[in-house]
Amino acid sequence: VKNPRMTKIALAIGAPVLALVAAFLITSLVLVLAGDDVGGVWSQILSLPNNRGYINIINAATVYYLSAIAVAIGFRMNLFNIGVDGQYRVAAFAAAVVAGEGWLPGYFNTALAMLAAVLVGAAWAGIAGLLRVTRGVSEVISTIMLNAIATALVAYLLRKAAVDAPGSNITQTKPVPEGSRVGGISLFGDVPATVYGLVFLAAAVGFAYWFVINKTRFGFDLRATGSSETAAVASGINVKRMIVISMLLSGGAAGLVGMPLLFGNDYAYGSTFQSGLGFAGIAIALLGRNHPIGIALGALLFAFLDEQSNPLQILLDVSPDIVKITQGTIVLTVVIAYEVVRRYGIRLEQRRVASALDDEPAMEGAKA
Amino acid sequence: MTVVSGGVTGVPTATRKYSYAKVLLGLAALLVLISALRIITGADDLDSSGTLRATLVAAVPIGLAGLGGLWSERAGVVNIGLEGMMILGTFGAGYFGYFYGPWQGVVGAIALGAAGGLLHAVATVSFGVDHIVSGVAINIIALGAVQYLAALAFTGVAGGGATQSPTIPSLPSITIDAFSDPLGDLEQKNWFVVSDLAALLRALVTNLSLLTIICLLLFVLTWWLLWKTSFGLRLRSCGESPAAAESLGINVIRYKFVAVVISGGFAGLAGGFLALVASSTFRDGQTGGRGYIGLAAMIFGNWRPGGLLAGAGLFGYTDTLRLRGGGETIHGLLLLVAVGIVLYGVWQYRQTRQLASLIGALLGVVVAIWYFSTDSIPEDLTGMTPYLTTLLVLALFSQRLRMPAADGKPYRKGSAG
Repeated sequence: VKNPRMTKIALAIGAPVLALVAAFLITSLVLVLAGDDVGGVWSQILSLPNNRGYINIINAATVYYLSAIAVAIGFRMNLFNIGVDGQYRVAAFAAAVVAGEGWLPGYFNTALAMLAAVLVGAAWAGIAGLLRVTRGVSEVISTIMLNAIATALVAYLLRKAAVDAPGSNITQTKPVPEGSRVGGISLFGDVPATVYGLVFLAAAVGFAYWFVINKTRFGFDLRATGSSETAAVASGINVKRMIVISMLLSGGAAGLVGMPLLFGNDYAYGSTFQSGLGFAGIAIALLGRNHPIGIALGALLFAFLDEQSNPLQILLDVSPDIVKITQGTIVLTVVIAYEVVRRYGIRLEQRRVASALDDEPAMEGAKA
Repeated sequence: MTVVSGGVTGVPTATRKYSYAKVLLGLAALLVLISALRIITGADDLDSSGTLRATLVAAVPIGLAGLGGLWSERAGVVNIGLEGMMILGTFGAGYFGYFYGPWQGVVGAIALGAAGGLLHAVATVSFGVDHIVSGVAINIIALGAVQYLAALAFTGVAGGGATQSPTIPSLPSITIDAFSDPLGDLEQKNWFVVSDLAALLRALVTNLSLLTIICLLLFVLTWWLLWKTSFGLRLRSCGESPAAAESLGINVIRYKFVAVVISGGFAGLAGGFLALVASSTFRDGQTGGRGYIGLAAMIFGNWRPGGLLAGAGLFGYTDTLRLRGGGETIHGLLLLVAVGIVLYGVWQYRQTRQLASLIGALLGVVVAIWYFSTDSIPEDLTGMTPYLTTLLVLALFSQRLRMPAADGKPYRKGSAG
């Protein structure tokens, strides 16, 4: 405790650990009350995954990561983009249609589809941004509405664009041509499953996020506006412009969320395309405190919990949905823990300053 | 609809622009309009008693969720966890309704919803967590908890499964035959206005669930409690200016707590209504985002019970038309929308707002072209009606909407200084 720097690090690590422990305790309480095998559940979830499990975790985390970065861009600007959920679905659908048409050969087609995804995602989020700056509509409400509109719109357009896959009653778009798919990376020789090639896309987006926010003038303006709008206005930042741009960026990043799934797994957009990624993104961005490394750890944790809970039904006859309680509780406990630790840190700091001043009463007297 | 002229002056002393007589007159005009529309477009299902009864059943859960939002936001706590609390309510109704009886199901729904509200209150009021963050977390937790509990409760029960309950015994409902049958005959005549009025009355005397009546009374009760009692005034003052409220000796934290728990209870009841009256089983995913529609209805209604009721009615109506395979019926409504938008454009022109009037006129023409060039609206698109309406209302009338001044701001005890 003597070294203030060490204290700061300990507190920074302490908060999420505290939150995780609290979430695990609450989940255990639910299991006990429901009369399920608590020990069995935790020993399954906290065991080491098998090789296939590792790959599934990395893949799921890749998608979560992109979603959480999209949310985090908004958060840094004090914007609550609940609409990532709608944005990524509209964008993934658009990308699937473009990729399915195959206007360009090979990877040019992939790039074109991703560009379409970014533009569509940005445009969908841009509606909320424009409503906010021109009409003063809260982005929380407008993005909730836009999510629901996206669901209806995509369902309608999907029916129009759908092709009949032989021997299946799943409605989906034209499949992505073989040459435009992004191959996986094989980690283990003995398992056929592979890691999404687009895991590098997620890493690149994470790096770009870190670089733009921390190393550019724009990022500085963004953080300044997020911390204090009045101070930002006073220093000449055009806040309205910043709001629209950060909504567009957030939406553009959201547009990429579906890409690893589209080019590495599903190869088409259909009614079975993974949903609900936007809300997980919010949880993970909060857990990772909007930091690119923190978000990566959060994404891995969520993916880990998902993967490890899968066999619970077969092994212990416990519904794997129990981890959703854990995940949701983590969101609450992590926010509470950060607040508690922050207040504790301030108290420690005050005490340290006070005792330092007490040691030098002469100096104080001399100054006065 | 009661329209509030929300002044910038803060305290909700807003005067009523329209008296009750004018509201009734407005409703009568609406009836004449719909009747005319029915005859012009030939879409008879626009206001048949079946449609209207289904509208009532669809509007009540939306309205109840909106009431939940109203209670919480009037005390200054934004509640987007309504959806999650509603999900908890559907399970409460399913579990207690099936194992103990339908009225116990109602109580169970309220209790589980209130438990969700309690969680929201602890997080936002006690710990000062951001209201939106807590709401998102509650939606995740509630969904997971209900899926987990449903698998635990209904797996292996005859007629049930991991994602749904067996049939729940139904609540009593009322049919007054003496009115219902003659009104039905009158409705068949297809007379201008008369048949429409008969359909409306018939919907109210045929197969009306007791719970529906109770829920409608809850609207009146909420309005009376929040606007006509000192308890309500204090509660609303916590949403307008908590610091001022505290300086007058009001226990702000306690009022917010109570409001958010009641809010959860209403949302739970909304879910319970879905499971007990709108259908007769609990199903996973039964709410289908109605918690958000309730929130939308509340905003549409400018944080007032009367406006909320109108919003719930409108959204319930569009939902019903969709469920009744009403692509053609909604298509009939397009004409009304086109006329409405053109009128808005004219009004804007008289306010010398050229741009707004031009946009209005263009939109009106586009919708009119859409009406005349098609025969039906695809079912998928009708589902977005409530959300699109809310977005439009927000975009067009955001200056006239006034939410509680301190809505969504965390409050810590002693801020009054």
